[in-house]
Amino acid sequence: MLTRRVIPCLDVKNGRNVRGVKFSADIDAGDPVELAARYDREGADELVFYDITASAEDRNIMVDLVEKVASQVFIPLTVGGGIRTTEDMHRMLRSGAEKISINSAAHQNPDVIREGADRFGAQCIVLSIDALRDPESLTPRWTVYLNGGRVATSLDAVEVAQQGEELGAGELVLNSIDADGTRDGYDTDLLRTVSDTVSIPVIASGGAGSLEHLRDAITVGHAHAVLAASIFHFEVFSIRQAKEFMASAGLPMRLDPYRPDAP
Amino acid sequence: MIAVIDYGAGNIHSVARALTKVGATFEITERPEKIADAEAIILPGVGAAADTMRGLRDSRVDDPVVTAIARGTPYLGICMGLQILFEKSEEDGGTPCLGVLPGTVTRFPNDLDVPHMGWNQVHQQTPSPLLHGVTQDANFYFVHSYFASPAIETQIITTTDYGLPFTSAVERDNLFATQFHPEKSGDIGLRIYANFVRIAGQQALPNFS
Repeated sequence: MLTRRVIPCLDVKNGRNVRGVKFSADIDAGDPVELAARYDREGADELVFYDITASAEDRNIMVDLVEKVASQVFIPLTVGGGIRTTEDMHRMLRSGAEKISINSAAHQNPDVIREGADRFGAQCIVLSIDALRDPESLTPRWTVYLNGGRVATSLDAVEVAQQGEELGAGELVLNSIDADGTRDGYDTDLLRTVSDTVSIPVIASGGAGSLEHLRDAITVGHAHAVLAASIFHFEVFSIRQAKEFMASAGLPMRLDPYRPDAP
Repeated sequence: MIAVIDYGAGNIHSVARALTKVGATFEITERPEKIADAEAIILPGVGAAADTMRGLRDSRVDDPVVTAIARGTPYLGICMGLQILFEKSEEDGGTPCLGVLPGTVTRFPNDLDVPHMGWNQVHQQTPSPLLHGVTQDANFYFVHSYFASPAIETQIITTTDYGLPFTSAVERDNLFATQFHPEKSGDIGLRIYANFVRIAGQQALPNFS
């Protein structure tokens, strides 16, 4: 049986790992290569690297970083941040990424999703959506934001998710801007609304603060996988603990023997 | 020297990184004569069956691979490198494959989410040197939409359940192939590479013994 996934996320700026609250960085949270190795030892199912500055200059740093991690850590790596073209995608895939996460570029030019899926396969293309709950709306509605939550659009997150699936995205990451960095829990309304609308896997992002939150993203929000940053960076609990808790709640988890001294 | 076949597709680099990590001596190549001389062959692969077969034919490595396997050269196929061993795949409207093993490749039924992507358990049916030190029902990383159905039951070494049980690894003499990606499956995956490196007559690093 396919297991549920726990995915630590590393926000990277200038080659360092940083942590943000409600999309505003930065606290230095260490060396991404070391962290990636630790997460792998603890049983992370995948790793996500977001380049949160993503200027052209930083892109080279990111390529080096992905290469370094990929030569040490042998689980799927997803890279996002500033990816605009299939050439950008190709470069990251060659450096060792397994999947590419696209965000702002895909909302401004949805064809890049189709181009990426045609060239590399749908399984390589992860559409990332930053969504903020619309407080004015009488029925639940979430608005898509661009550029790391800085620029509002008029796009509806659920419609964007559906369109992304039609264009060939293989997975969706749903980041709740409201919940991001708060540790108050994922936005399970948003997760459930999107998960029940699309048939591709939805990855919950933004707001994890407790083991129960991780479980609820799946049992209440119907997500396929959970992504979290700060709770793992600062060792609030380990990935192993998270997975054991989720398994005890009846979810199928990958819990192969923990080998702290593994090569 | 282990020849990692580069036919213009596939996940060559992640396979190369895993081989480096376990201490293998290998060369990435698309030259038919290198394949003929190799101690062992690895054929990685992602993508579609027709593209893979076209890539192999255009690089003129299809016949050398079949010849080397027939001669007993150790072979490791990954993902598409497993599927193209069979007679044909129904992908791309029907694609004739290498026909090294009897059997066909079919798509998962429509009521399942396809691709089958993520970590799933690999159930060992029979002991294999490729699986030395791998725990029963260990999780490996999969990404695929099609699966092989070998006609000869004894060639199946592992199965995996995704709505239906399917063949996740095969063996015949010195030929081995996995539907999953050991190079994306953490330490347990590296162990598979280390095992194959030993089958190829090389030493793997002691961490992986």
